[in-house]
Amino acid sequence: MSKKINIPPELFTYTERVTRANGLEVIVNLPKEKIEKINDICNSFDNNPRELVNVLHETQHAFGYLPAEVQDVIANNLDLSVAHVYGVVTFYSFFTMIPKGEYPISICTGTACYVRGAEKVLEEFKKELDIKVGETTPDGKFSINCLRCVGACGLAPVVLVGEKVYGHVSPDRVKLILDKYKR
Amino acid sequence: MITLTIDKKKVQVEKGTTILKAAHKAGVEIPTLCHFELCDMGIENKPGGCRLCVVEVEGRRNLAPSCITEVDEGMVIETHSTRVLNARTTVLKLIISDHPFDCLVCAKSGQCELQSLATQFGIRSMPYEGEQSKYRKDSSPSIIRDVDKCIMCRRCEMMCNEVQTVGALSAINRGFMSVVAPAFEMNLEVSPCTYCGQCVSVCPTGALTEVDHTNDIIRFLADPSKTVVVQTAPAVRAALGEEFGLEPGTLVTGKMVTALRELGFDYVFDTVFAADLTIMEEGTELLQRVRGHLAGDTNVRLPILTSCCPGWVNFFEHNFPDLLDVPSTSKSPQQMFGAIAKSYFAEKIGVNRNEMIVVSIMPCLAKKYECQRDEFKVDGNPDVDFSISTRELAAFIKKANIDFLNLPDEDFDDPLGESTGAGVIFGNTGGVIEAACRTAYELHTGKKLEKVEFTELRGMKGIRSATVDFTGLDLNIGIAHGLGNARKLLDDVRSGKSNYHAIEVMACPGGCIGGGGQPYHHGNSEILNKRAAAIYTEDERKIIRKSHENPSIIKLYEEFLGEPGSDKAHSLLHTEYFPKSNALTMHLKS
Repeated sequence: MSKKINIPPELFTYTERVTRANGLEVIVNLPKEKIEKINDICNSFDNNPRELVNVLHETQHAFGYLPAEVQDVIANNLDLSVAHVYGVVTFYSFFTMIPKGEYPISICTGTACYVRGAEKVLEEFKKELDIKVGETTPDGKFSINCLRCVGACGLAPVVLVGEKVYGHVSPDRVKLILDKYKR
Repeated sequence: MITLTIDKKKVQVEKGTTILKAAHKAGVEIPTLCHFELCDMGIENKPGGCRLCVVEVEGRRNLAPSCITEVDEGMVIETHSTRVLNARTTVLKLIISDHPFDCLVCAKSGQCELQSLATQFGIRSMPYEGEQSKYRKDSSPSIIRDVDKCIMCRRCEMMCNEVQTVGALSAINRGFMSVVAPAFEMNLEVSPCTYCGQCVSVCPTGALTEVDHTNDIIRFLADPSKTVVVQTAPAVRAALGEEFGLEPGTLVTGKMVTALRELGFDYVFDTVFAADLTIMEEGTELLQRVRGHLAGDTNVRLPILTSCCPGWVNFFEHNFPDLLDVPSTSKSPQQMFGAIAKSYFAEKIGVNRNEMIVVSIMPCLAKKYECQRDEFKVDGNPDVDFSISTRELAAFIKKANIDFLNLPDEDFDDPLGESTGAGVIFGNTGGVIEAACRTAYELHTGKKLEKVEFTELRGMKGIRSATVDFTGLDLNIGIAHGLGNARKLLDDVRSGKSNYHAIEVMACPGGCIGGGGQPYHHGNSEILNKRAAAIYTEDERKIIRKSHENPSIIKLYEEFLGEPGSDKAHSLLHTEYFPKSNALTMHLKS
């Protein structure tokens, strides 16, 4: 029990030695350039623990999600416990530990889209892909998220696939939209 | 000063005081649940979350949570109006509606603050039905987490993060789904948890409890082929009486020994004997290092850190893996006792170590983990088989319907029961280093110590320092209790700023008397002060008060070990430390 936990290195895709602020070396399972990116983000907030939410925000913007290893590095840099960082990540619904799909689908459930039937469109996407909101299909192709108003209420209900905007979406168009990306 | 009226009583308090504390001053006790305080230690938890302490403030629209609302000049407060009582009852019922109804089989029953409040408020029915939160149980070598019983008071989180700076626990998720858990909801066993047990000692419910080994011990007590040996830590005798309604600070050493004999232990010994042994080894090591340093040996690491406290050992293995050569290599008294009992003593009585069961009664939960460590086993047989807490012993005595209060006083058995006052004070913060000074002084100077008390090393301040004059050699001593305080001293050691020769660290506030396995103090720091005073009283009552004068210790060295620090002493009484990874993601992948 008191022995150092040794895990065969081949289990990891990457292992990188990182020097912590206190001079200790730790092993993190991320490629060097990702660690450098996180370090840059943390540095831009002076490694201030009170900026944790902003750091997480920027990091998720850069990577699309916040896997455990990334939270480990952030906790080290900001001198916080990993448990605390994980607590914040799980508190805010915006943060996710699941990578987004290749084609992230965002369904607007703002007031205008909602009254014009966004709920039914959302249900159709969930049924077609067999995943819930915030999840990603097992093949990594699609993920579903909800957002509030993209500022195109005239086109309600609105769906975004990646950067592409689809307007006046009805449940029967869902399959057609998905088919374009399935090829 | 601010004057206000609470329940028609005028009271004057300082600006910035909360209504809760002002009420306390006025003699009005407002019920609380999430609020927790150990005022002498500067420890306070007031998230203002449970809303049980609400009061009515004249002119204010809504009820005010008294634990976080500061007083204002001329405030008029009612703490038990109908509106307040109705609100508190509703709040309490809502909290209970998401709490299991298994009080009959709960380890915390009788000590649970939620249960007491339900009784106090006369809750007789549960109008709220619906889903209850469900979460898996998590058991580690020392601590069991059953977060279904958690009421999100976040006392444990405050203890783990702010006081101990361990960072094992955090509130995660939100709303109904929120629980207190380690990072990535992994088990406590792979978190940076040190098993100090302070989360258990402040948990108001049965969400955090200790792993109970009483039944294992009962099994072996009933087995005639086993010789069952018990050792009792110094802090236990100063607190056990509380479980039987005695005034905090009542020493029950003699009754405890009698009770253990009645329970069927074959030999009732004292960990204090092993504490004396620790002083022989650690004191020698201290002198060797200091003398080496003075002689200009650059290989000597100073300061030397005490290593009696297993929570502290876990903490530095996790957080200071680069400083593993700084702590003393001496084992803790619990483990020294086990090693000697299963070698020297087993030989003496002609018993094979596999036929001997060593049980320890400890104020501590980390001791449960410590005795399971691989380096304290010989061919898989542990030096100490089971460690139970003061609370578990009290429950065991009650289970055996022993009339504890009317027991006669008896003495420990020989030879591992003979002890000195120096070993007794191990139970208090500052005690280990004081005991070491008593011995090291006489060994270094060759003179007799006129006054054995080093009062400059005593007290309850989180970090203390003193310089002890060893006749021409000034020894700088640092003392920390609470791991957050220890971290500060260790950060200085790491950066080379520390000028201490020796540092004593105890993981728990107050030292072992405030350990995670002691009777629940429910935030009353007066109880800790009284236990500490009792320990010093026990020391004063001892005829021999210096470890190196313990006749059984002298005999042990003559007959068995040779000199302190000898090869034999090293193989039995010293240990090594292992770096522990804090990178949780490593465990995730495995």
